[in-house]
Amino acid sequence: MTDFTPTRRHVLKWTGVAATLAVAGSVLPNFGISAALAADLGSGDIGVLNYAYALEQLEAAFYTQVIKTPYKGITKGERKMLTAIRDHEVTHRDTLKKALGKKAIPGLEVDFSSIDFTSRASVLGTADVFENLGVAAYNGAGQLIKEVAYLAVAGSIVSVEARHAAVIAEMLHGAGKEAAGGGNVDMKGLDGALSPAEVLPKAAPFIKTPVTANALV
Amino acid sequence: MNIQDNFILDEIDPDLGERIDAGRRNLFARYAAPAIALGSAPLLLAAASTEAFAAGALPQKVVDVLNFALTLEYLEAAFYKMGNEANGLIPSEYRALFHTIGGHETAHVALLKSALGAAAVKAPAVDFTAGGKYADVFSNFKTFATLSATFEDLGVAAYKGQAGNLAGTAVLTTALQIHSVEARHASAVRPLIGKAGYISAFDKPKTKAQVLAAAKPFLA
Repeated sequence: MTDFTPTRRHVLKWTGVAATLAVAGSVLPNFGISAALAADLGSGDIGVLNYAYALEQLEAAFYTQVIKTPYKGITKGERKMLTAIRDHEVTHRDTLKKALGKKAIPGLEVDFSSIDFTSRASVLGTADVFENLGVAAYNGAGQLIKEVAYLAVAGSIVSVEARHAAVIAEMLHGAGKEAAGGGNVDMKGLDGALSPAEVLPKAAPFIKTPVTANALV
Repeated sequence: MNIQDNFILDEIDPDLGERIDAGRRNLFARYAAPAIALGSAPLLLAAASTEAFAAGALPQKVVDVLNFALTLEYLEAAFYKMGNEANGLIPSEYRALFHTIGGHETAHVALLKSALGAAAVKAPAVDFTAGGKYADVFSNFKTFATLSATFEDLGVAAYKGQAGNLAGTAVLTTALQIHSVEARHASAVRPLIGKAGYISAFDKPKTKAQVLAAAKPFLA
C-alpha cells in the first residue's frame, strides 16, 4: 500500500465522525446513558456497542435475580431454560465489556422495584418485554454500525435474543402463534426495529444509575 | 469462556481494519457515502417497507444477496404450504404455530420479490423428501418438525452470513428484521423435536456456499 492510499482505518475515522455526531445529536434522547455515550465516544461504533452493553447489563441483572429468587411454582424445565438464558445474557454482557475495554460505560445499577419476582406472570411478562425490546434494538442499531466485524458480533447476538423471545412466549402462551413471533412480527413478516431514541426511554425505568459524562472520564 | 467466545473476540480485534482485504476495502468505499447519510438522519425505519427496499437501483451485490435469500424463502414457503395442507400431519395444538410460520415465509417471499422486481429469481423446483431420504416428511410429524427446525436454523445462519454484504445499505435493516423472525421460528420449533430453542450464547453465520450445500438435497 502506498502512502497516499487511504487505509480503511482512515475511512472509518471519517465516517465515524458523522456517526458520532448523529448518535450524540439526534438519534439518542436526553437520557443518562445517552449523555454518557455522547460524551466519550471514540467512534460511532463504540457508542453503539455501549448501547448494546447497557441493554445486556439490564438483561443479565434481571435473569440473575430471577434465578436467585425463583418465582412461585417454577418448574424444573422453566428453571433450566431461564438459567440458560441468564448465562447467555451474562456472556453477552461480558463479551461486550471486554470488547469495549476502557471505553465501556460503568456497571449500571438497576431498578427492578416494579417487578414482582415471586410472580410467574410478572417475571415472564418482564422477560417478554426485555427480549422483544432487545431484538428491536439490535435490529435498529445494525445500520448505525460501520465496522463489519462489529456488525457480525451484533448479528450473532440478536438471533439469540429472538430465540429467547420465542422461549419466553412459549412459556407464556404455549407453542402457538406467539412463539412464532405473532404480536411482534408485522404483516410483511418483519420483526421490530427501533432506534436508540425509541428503545432507551423504554429501558430507562429499569436503570437507576445516573450515568454522566464525567463518570466515563 | 469457551472457544466460541474467543472466536467472537477475535472477530472484533481492533487491528482488523489493517488486515482487511482489497475486496472488502472497495466494498466499504462504495458504501461509505450512503453510510454517512444514514447515520446523520433518524433511523430509516421506512426501510421496513418495500418502497424503501426498492428505492433506486440496487447494487448487483445486494441483488445477489436478496436473490439468495429469496431462494431460501421460496423453499421455506413451499415447505410450510405443503405441510399445512397435508391432512393429519400437524397435531391440532401446533397448527397455529405452523400456520403463523408459513404466513411469515410467504410474506418474506412477497417482500423480496417486490424489492427485486424483474431481477427476482424464479421459485426453484423442490423435493422435500431429498430423494427419498425423508419419504414421510408430510405424513410423519416428527420428520416434518425436524426439517422445519433444520430450515429455520439454516435461514438464521444464512441471513447472518450476508449481513456484512449489506452493511451501509438501507436493505440491511430489513434483512435483520427477517433474520430475527427466522430465529423465533427456529426456537419455537426445536422444542418439538426435543431440543432447546437456543444453541448457545452466540449463533454462528454460514457462508452462501455452506447454505447452498445444505439446501441442495431439497432442490430438485
